Amino acid sequence: MIEAPLLEAEGLSLRFGAVTALDGVSLAVWPGEVVAIVGESGSGKTTLLRVLSGLMRPQAGSVRYRDPEGTVREVHGMGEAALRRLHRTDWGFVHQNPRDGLRMGVSAGGNVGERLMAVGARHYGSIREQATAWLRRVEIDPARMDDPPTKFSGGMQQRLQIARTLVTHPRLVFMDEPTGGLDVSVQARLLDLIRALVADLGIAVLLVTHDIAAARLLAHRMLVMRHGQVVEEGLTDRVLDDPQHAYTQLLVASVLAA
Amino acid sequence: MSTQAGYNFGYLDENTKRMIRRALLKAVAIPGHQVPFGAREMPLPYGWGTGGIQVTASVIGPDDVLKVIDQGADDTTNAVSIRRFFHRVAGVATTERTAEASIIQTRHRIPETMLREGQILVYQVPMPEPLFRLEPRVTETKRMHALADYGLMHVRLYEDIARHGHIAISYNYPVMVNGRYLMAPSPIPSFDNPKMDRMPALQLFGAGREKRIYAVPPYTEVRSLDFEDHPFQPIRADAACALCGSRESYLDEVVTDDRGGRIFVCSDTDYCAGRQASRQAEAAE
Repeated sequence: MIEAPLLEAEGLSLRFGAVTALDGVSLAVWPGEVVAIVGESGSGKTTLLRVLSGLMRPQAGSVRYRDPEGTVREVHGMGEAALRRLHRTDWGFVHQNPRDGLRMGVSAGGNVGERLMAVGARHYGSIREQATAWLRRVEIDPARMDDPPTKFSGGMQQRLQIARTLVTHPRLVFMDEPTGGLDVSVQARLLDLIRALVADLGIAVLLVTHDIAAARLLAHRMLVMRHGQVVEEGLTDRVLDDPQHAYTQLLVASVLAA
Repeated sequence: MSTQAGYNFGYLDENTKRMIRRALLKAVAIPGHQVPFGAREMPLPYGWGTGGIQVTASVIGPDDVLKVIDQGADDTTNAVSIRRFFHRVAGVATTERTAEASIIQTRHRIPETMLREGQILVYQVPMPEPLFRLEPRVTETKRMHALADYGLMHVRLYEDIARHGHIAISYNYPVMVNGRYLMAPSPIPSFDNPKMDRMPALQLFGAGREKRIYAVPPYTEVRSLDFEDHPFQPIRADAACALCGSRESYLDEVVTDDRGGRIFVCSDTDYCAGRQASRQAEAAE
């Protein structure tokens, strides 16, 4: 199974005027692996995620993706229709703010069902059945299926967003600070849930976070970014327990112990 | 040709007509696709049929016979004034009989009488974009049309079933044209949707305020969206017409007095009058 990477990026560079957002970033994600990208605000984490997922075009470098048939494709070379389709089937994107990833005027069930309908599901009963199963899986009471997300708490909205993303069984999920803006106990529950789902389904996750604790809990491997460059890369425990780069040492030392 | 001095035939100048005809040709070539056009100011307010009237003015010729209906009726204000308008600025013959007309401009209905080849049905369209309540950005709806990305419309149908137990869209029911473009059929009742499918007549849609033209060529597949387990069901009041007794036509509910009296009558006045006349003829025999 682990014979080739699912996603591979090489020499990604992107500048916004005088600001260097990405400077020669290369990385690879293998199937079923959770990779965390950590770094301070403005270090280019979110930009990297947007470039990798094809939402933004780099000025140099390439992103290659292996589809379920095993064909390797250039992410920025495929058409918009193909990219959209990829984003709805084999990929997922969990936004920091659930409002960016959900349709707030549409019921929870409709939110989960949208991806299914977008790829051609036309049987109301089976869409509803799958939506129910997924709501249960992310610990949302199916009785609230027809409520809009506006009536949900922040944690529930985030779990709903995860259900909506995973319903088409993607192989690769991009997560941008999925626990940001939630209080600590809710964060802990959400992290547990993500860890269980990822392990169950064997999904590869590319996780952007500034929360070192979340990264340690979820990630197998870790990339540390600063000023658009990857300054350190390795197994999560190795990076956190034995940081080599001065910036990583600073980052690890800044974590508050409770 | 024109009966009113000082106006070009059909009110619009020839260059405008040519521009609209060009848009029409493109629309017919891509069934269901919205083609932008430079809508002109017309001597009636937006929402009264400025789009339909411009399309009619561009396709009408001196030998045409025009019928105008508003909510199925030939005798309502809008229908009467548009018919009179074309009689004055184009000098064409007008009629109330569906079978005799070569061009039928309509608002909110398709005539009950089957249309035939050679006839043109012109719809007045207030909002040509079927996705506008679901996606507020026009750039995004354009992209969705380009990519045939219509899952969102099914989300709306899903929401209806979840909330009401059935698809509760009774008019302007979204359709797929030729298996490619999602189209708003203008605010006709969903009852009329099946008539659009493989209609022998040419169907032209004009939206004046939104400046869009689209079309369904003759014998084109027009399918109402639905779910496999919740098939499309046209809605019709469960009654017979009080005047002609029809159980097939689309009915209007009319209040007759101030004590709660109401009757159902055909919304298509020409169809109803025709049935009443043939009934009287039978009774006389």
